[in-house]
Amino acid sequence: MIEAINDALDIMLERDPDVIVMGEDVGYFGGVFRCTAGLQEKYGKTRVFDTPISECGIIGVAVGMGAYGLRPVPEIQFADYIYPGLDQLISEAARLRYRSAGEFIAPMTVRSPFGGGIFGGQTHSQSPEAIFTHVSGLKTVVPSTPHDAKGLLIAAIEDNDPVIFFEPKRIYNGPFDGYYDHPTKPWKDHPDAKVPEGYYSIPLGKARMVREGQALTVLAYGTMVHVAEAVCREKGVDAEILDLRTLVPLDIEAIEKSVEKTGRCMVVHEATRTSGFGAELAALVQERCFYHLEAPVERVTGFDTPYPHSLEWAYFPGPVRIGEALDKLLGA
Amino acid sequence: MARQSEGVGYNRPRLALHVPEPKYRPGDQVDFSHIAVPEAGAQPRPDETGPASETSPLCTDLVRVLGEDHQAHGPWDPRLAPEQLRAMLRDMALTRAFDERMYRGQRQGKTSFYMKCTGEEATSIAAAHALASDDMVFPSYRQQGILISRGYPLVEMINQIYSNRGDKLKGRQLPIMYSSRAHSFFTISGNLATQVPQAVGWAMASAIRHDSRIAATWLGEGSTAEGDFHSGMTFAAVYNAPVIFNVVNNQWAISSFSGFAGSERTSFAARAIGYGIAGLRIDGNDPLAVYAATRWAADRARSNNGPTLIEHFTYRAEGHSTSDDPSQYRSAQEREEWPLGDPINRLKQHLIALGEWSEEQHTDMDLALAEQVKAATKEAEKNGILGHGMHHPFHTMFEDVFEELPWHLEEQADQAIRERQIKWPQS
Repeated sequence: MIEAINDALDIMLERDPDVIVMGEDVGYFGGVFRCTAGLQEKYGKTRVFDTPISECGIIGVAVGMGAYGLRPVPEIQFADYIYPGLDQLISEAARLRYRSAGEFIAPMTVRSPFGGGIFGGQTHSQSPEAIFTHVSGLKTVVPSTPHDAKGLLIAAIEDNDPVIFFEPKRIYNGPFDGYYDHPTKPWKDHPDAKVPEGYYSIPLGKARMVREGQALTVLAYGTMVHVAEAVCREKGVDAEILDLRTLVPLDIEAIEKSVEKTGRCMVVHEATRTSGFGAELAALVQERCFYHLEAPVERVTGFDTPYPHSLEWAYFPGPVRIGEALDKLLGA
Repeated sequence: MARQSEGVGYNRPRLALHVPEPKYRPGDQVDFSHIAVPEAGAQPRPDETGPASETSPLCTDLVRVLGEDHQAHGPWDPRLAPEQLRAMLRDMALTRAFDERMYRGQRQGKTSFYMKCTGEEATSIAAAHALASDDMVFPSYRQQGILISRGYPLVEMINQIYSNRGDKLKGRQLPIMYSSRAHSFFTISGNLATQVPQAVGWAMASAIRHDSRIAATWLGEGSTAEGDFHSGMTFAAVYNAPVIFNVVNNQWAISSFSGFAGSERTSFAARAIGYGIAGLRIDGNDPLAVYAATRWAADRARSNNGPTLIEHFTYRAEGHSTSDDPSQYRSAQEREEWPLGDPINRLKQHLIALGEWSEEQHTDMDLALAEQVKAATKEAEKNGILGHGMHHPFHTMFEDVFEELPWHLEEQADQAIRERQIKWPQS
């Protein structure tokens, strides 16, 4: 996935002279996750550069660059560190078009590694997507495969609205099925890892059908797509799995169509439960598919605690938690 | 507990928290003699291409041009033509007339809110005259004078204040949160100091593109306490961004005196030096000093010599806003005793001393400007006043959240229209 993201940035830097990549350690060094490796050498220091350690500054100057007419792609090193930039994101980037009646826009894409499963402890594991989905004016994207990461990132950079682009770092190097005690397989053996060369984009607001099925609908994104898929496979559950890919705007049609067919729905995310994005999904399914539902919507999420270090695998919504929810939903 | 009787801290007075307190509260006799007001013209004018550290003495001094004799003095005299001085005077007087009328409009219930800039007209208008018209400004809410200087129509300003159907911002924004891309005037936000790093980013973009335009931003001294001020200063210094920071030190942030932003220890201009940025502390009620300092900083930025912070030392003559009553927290005498006088009167006296203006001309101008504002108000009122139903259509509330309307906003727009039909079946 790292190469796919690097490739997307490379293509957009090449295609559009307005694209600017910046953030802490993204320049000469190429990023702490190598996502921007080689880009400064190729495009020069005024297109790809290092910034001071100031998330408020990074997002703030990106808003100003967007107002000028550039298309900045700032990186926040970890999603856990996006909070100092929240005022600039929520009060400014998200509202610029609205409050100026379209005179000024913020066509920026904030990339940030997110999610747990890497012993990152409290401040290298968080999934703060619900903070952003709650803000009108922001789009929120979470890819789950290298193919999607490239196509969605290109679409996000081309989009004229501010996009929060969360990259699940647990699956940067390979898919993760939730079995932390098994060795991680690299992406190269995975069917979704085939990334076409050159330019392509995947429209924002469209879910991906991971697997068609009849027994229930699983709504997931990021790392949890792979975990949920593995658990359903092992348990022999004929699940229909939707990878949402974009949380705002949401592919409501795909969700309705699937739940109306299966009559059951499970929502899975790593983030904490209370007021998490799963609550929005469960409410939407309840409102729009009520008469098709044969069981209450199940939410499988992280617990309502800060992300722990030593007890990571007790916290993470892994195979056991998902398995229990499946049993409950299917009445086993 | 060894701490009590021995070791570090023993036999010293107990720690005491210092909470700043302004010198004068309501009813107090005001004496501003502690404010050092140096002779006009006494301050040196360093070369604008020099190192930032050379400006260090000017960060605690006060650059002044107009003296007690109403003449221009010293190396900072911008030597402006009388026509330019009269244009500045007119823009300042028009801004004051506009503020007076809009304040009354709010009191008459025509709108919800207003903020005057009385006493601070020079800090925006003289600065705007010193910038190129396409330099991008990132103002706070008290620089309406820039829009007026740049010829933005008064009717459009009033439409925005009334949130009526003529409002270019479609009634979405609180009064005075103007925006005009055509006038290189960035959309005003209610969130303080956010415009500071944005101005820096705009200036960085201009430099990335090898443009010749620069950015200028304004914030009050109270807002310098926000983290965004620090971020903006840091980024500007790191990338040598072509930007001017204007700190309008009007002594008050609503009810908090400038001590709560740190003024008891040092000047606001002095902060520049710590970032490696040029700093100037100027008499903010001296339009010639404001013009000259802005010109100096603009030339510095435009020639790739980097950013400048200008502290405009001035006084907020009126309440913070129409929602504020300053008699609750400060002495009414402060305004009368303010040692730097009134910017409009000072420029007027200067022009008279030059033989380029007269009391009669000034009176005539004020009458004409009041008429101009009155006519613009009448014109704008044809588009409605706040709460009288003449606003933009309901569906516009949902537009511009995103470039395109997503399904959930389409559904909510339908709901708003349905609610409207239930409420007013005839319409």
